[in-house]
Amino acid sequence: MLRIEYAYWLIAAFLLYTAWLNVRQGHGYRAAFWLLLGLLFGGGDYVLAQQKAGNAWPAQIAGGMVIALAALAPTMRRHAHPEDSRAAERAASARKLGHKLFVPALLIPLVTLFVALFGTHLSIAGHAVFAPAQMTLTGLALACVVAWLAAARVARAPLHQGLAEGRRLLDAIGWAALLPLLLAALGEVFTHSGVGTAVAALANAALPEGSAFACLLVFALGMVLFTVIMGNAFAAFPVMMAGIGLPLLVKQYGANPAILGSMGMLCGYCGTLLTPMAADYNLVPAALLELRNPYGVIRAQFWSAVAIFIATFVMMWLLVFR
Amino acid sequence: MNYWPLLGVAVIVIGFALRFNAVPVVVCAALVSGLLAHLPVPDLLALLGRSFVSARMLLLFVLTLPAIGLLEHAGLREHAQQWMGRLRGLTLARLLIGYLMVREVLAMLGLTGVAGAAQTVRPLLAPMSEAAAEKILPTLTDDDRDELRAVAAATDNVGRFFGEDVFIALGAVLLIQGFYAQHGIDLTPLSIALWALPTAIAAFVIQSVRIWLYQRRLERRAALLRDGKAS
Repeated sequence: MLRIEYAYWLIAAFLLYTAWLNVRQGHGYRAAFWLLLGLLFGGGDYVLAQQKAGNAWPAQIAGGMVIALAALAPTMRRHAHPEDSRAAERAASARKLGHKLFVPALLIPLVTLFVALFGTHLSIAGHAVFAPAQMTLTGLALACVVAWLAAARVARAPLHQGLAEGRRLLDAIGWAALLPLLLAALGEVFTHSGVGTAVAALANAALPEGSAFACLLVFALGMVLFTVIMGNAFAAFPVMMAGIGLPLLVKQYGANPAILGSMGMLCGYCGTLLTPMAADYNLVPAALLELRNPYGVIRAQFWSAVAIFIATFVMMWLLVFR
Repeated sequence: MNYWPLLGVAVIVIGFALRFNAVPVVVCAALVSGLLAHLPVPDLLALLGRSFVSARMLLLFVLTLPAIGLLEHAGLREHAQQWMGRLRGLTLARLLIGYLMVREVLAMLGLTGVAGAAQTVRPLLAPMSEAAAEKILPTLTDDDRDELRAVAAATDNVGRFFGEDVFIALGAVLLIQGFYAQHGIDLTPLSIALWALPTAIAAFVIQSVRIWLYQRRLERRAALLRDGKAS
């Protein structure tokens, strides 16, 4: 049965390979960075299993490794790789291979789609092929492997060349790849340190009395602000709902809970478009597309987010108290 | 109420504002918040390590890199650009708005992992957008290319975010339903998901208008350039 853990092991193997190539080329710090990350990925299941069994030391070591990664990150200068050295060669290859080049690229979304739609029904000799947990992501990992094999066939290149090219891209992304995981961890630490309740207390203190409109506005802006801070609307939602949404808007002013919940969450999503804390959507794509400004994607999204927020807020105001 | 852990948020704000390397800034913020909340150091370390490895799925995109790297080495981006150049009717706005539509509908069906910055934007959408923009304005600067790629990534994000809330079995709707259920209000997922539809439509219209305005800006610049040459 294919499980998401196998994907993590694949990632670990790829990270360790990247570390190995960097060792061979004498980039010591960079090699150490990918080595630590690879170990965290390979040992992650062990850490979680031991934690569940009440044994905290593997998790503590993992925490220490995260701090070591943070110390190594500033040594990893992100450099735009010399991409255009072979431009003529690539153009010739593009003319020769033509539309065949699209096939492996499209296999990534198509295989993922196939697994997402039909994965539950696939079985071999009575054994399900895919574990039900995280099936789409397991499908994505499988799709990546299939696309890698297909790409090597289409380009008539050896498989290890794909790994070498992938490693080149990974080095170009560098420490930015780490941010989504770190910010998720930061969100957990914030939650455990009571940052959420403190922000909710401040929002309540700023709340004007007696006006349903002002209360709704503080709720909506609070969702945006909190999402900007935490990088995730899911972390903001329970806090703002428990602080303002449920006791005041629903219970006191009679707001429709379905509308308030749904549109309140979407106000938070507008915050996600604005914050570097949502690194997987905003900073990693900027690195992946090799933008010179790491905040370029956020800048492109800014006015969309503002306009969508205003539209959502107006609709919520018109609908929620009916 | 202990307000001191909020200093962790201040560390983040100052660190990002001064453009320090984000990785140590985030780790420092976590340590500051945790220590000011009087979490014991071993517990804080364990919390950091456990939550980091629990978020491993966020690095799944690196598995696309060997395939994408190999294809780019063989000229995928060049081919996407040449092909876009030949398609007369496909303008920049039509390409991006069409992608937005597909992305949002897929997200509404719960298929968010199908597309994304690594899966579709870098190998396909970004080079095609650049080629489509070159048809309008052949003298694109490096800044223009950066902005175009950013617009492509933004379009991908908007389509995904505001589509996924309409899907009933995805995180957001279930989180909302779960929260209300805990507090004694029973709602069906469908009734929650339905109210995400107005924003999904608004987001599509707003992003489409912005794409169209962006294309018009390029066209104006191209027209100015032509007038300058003609006179």
